[in-house]
Amino acid sequence: MEEPLLACTDLAVGYGGRAVASGIGFSVRPGECVCVVGENGSGKSTLLRTVLGLQPALAGAVRFGSSVRRGDIGYLTQQTPVQGDFPATAREVARSGCQSMRGWRPFFRSRERRAADAALDRFGALPFANEPFRELSGGQRQRVLLARALCAGRRMLVLDEPVTGLDPDAARELYGALAALRREGLAVLSVTHDLPAGVADATHVLEIGPCGFFGTKAEWDAHCRERPGGVRHAVGSSLEDPHLLCAGDCLK
Amino acid sequence: MTESLETLRQYLAFPFVQNALAAGLLVALAAALLGVTLVLRRLSYIGDGLSHVAFGSMAVAGALQFADRLSLSLPVTAVCAVLLLRSGRGAKVRGDAALAMLSVGAMALGYLLMNVFPGSSNVSGDVCSTLFGSTSILTLSTSDVWICAALSAGVALFFALFRNRIFEIVFDPDFARACGTRTAFWETALAVLSAVVVVVAMRLVGTLLVSALLVFPAVGAMRVCRSFRSALLLSAATGMACALAGILASVVAGTPVGSTVVAADVLALLALSLAGRLRHR
Repeated sequence: MEEPLLACTDLAVGYGGRAVASGIGFSVRPGECVCVVGENGSGKSTLLRTVLGLQPALAGAVRFGSSVRRGDIGYLTQQTPVQGDFPATAREVARSGCQSMRGWRPFFRSRERRAADAALDRFGALPFANEPFRELSGGQRQRVLLARALCAGRRMLVLDEPVTGLDPDAARELYGALAALRREGLAVLSVTHDLPAGVADATHVLEIGPCGFFGTKAEWDAHCRERPGGVRHAVGSSLEDPHLLCAGDCLK
Repeated sequence: MTESLETLRQYLAFPFVQNALAAGLLVALAAALLGVTLVLRRLSYIGDGLSHVAFGSMAVAGALQFADRLSLSLPVTAVCAVLLLRSGRGAKVRGDAALAMLSVGAMALGYLLMNVFPGSSNVSGDVCSTLFGSTSILTLSTSDVWICAALSAGVALFFALFRNRIFEIVFDPDFARACGTRTAFWETALAVLSAVVVVVAMRLVGTLLVSALLVFPAVGAMRVCRSFRSALLLSAATGMACALAGILASVVAGTPVGSTVVAADVLALLALSLAGRLRHR
């Protein structure tokens, strides 16, 4: 089996020394899509931040594969209010994904400019590349930010709520684009509220919370069927029902 | 009209007016560039807070009989800037409360010291000119102008070289860190530059009006511009144009330099807001 790009063992994440989630173990290999699910506040985004080194792990270890370099991993952040009035074109935003390639060099090379345009094209964002980011719709912004993440990471994408603000059609398109990237060997670690669509495409599911789970999509489906109330998760969205994922007794 | 032009021509022949123009333009350039990052990071008020700190430290330097007050006030203001700009994360006292306490405390201490250790017989005149700039820009020596020029040129060069990096830090610091960019280093650099600009710009417009140089051109440019690059360029151009117009107008009309420059900034903001509205129609 191929060496994982990322492997976490017995990881505990949280703020200020207080663990929000603990005992997290999972791995991501090339071409896989690991979908992280859990209640609101269960520490999904915190897990991503810890994996990316934006905050320290409280326990356990985050290990990257020996061949993984800085600049192999792209991060899709949640949109911030600052970005709502920022004077920047979509192209400037996408290009900022190439920052780790630039290093101390002050300006971008034409190779990096082309990479940014190719990434925009990939998510169908090239037509509005010269538009100001702040005047784009939520879905268009998300596509630009995905293009930026793709510029930053050529081997693995870490996505925090990728379909936020996207209408169902746009969400489908986005999942399609991600699936195409995965077929080329890109790995995806994604946090989502969009159930069941977000999980439909996943190869593995990681649930964090009191009844943690990590396994393949098939194992997860079986796990849900066995769990009392688990069926509901095919119907509703976890946004409306925080108990959705842990609706019954943990069967572990 | 021709009379005013004649007055202007006469004044422009004086070296002190040339000095004031050179220093004013450079300071306005640096402030307008830095202002864009402060406004975007929701730190517009920091310029004001830092100028109060600079006022306090200038007074301390005066009381301690420092020959060159800049040598004390610049480092003190820089340290405060670093503490304030980086206090956002995990601090017990939130940023705005820390800023309010620091600026008022420094202001009070400064005024206290200026009264206890008066530098001249006219304390209230001194205080007024420190607060509002008065005519101090016209009394700058050539060496003062060189210091202003060097510091401002440094800021402008920094922006010219690292425009992309600054964009990345301001637009999305988390993403930048995830990409391996050392955001703490760049944020500290921006904080130190803010302090430099504030201390230098205080001489032009005075403590209470410094933040105008930072905020007005930046907000105006952001109304009109569609890209970060053009916003920086327009902000810099606006800031310099207002400084030029303000200084010339004050020379001709005999008004205080600082408030005339700021009045020009207010007018420029109104014009740019109108332009922005027309553009987005």
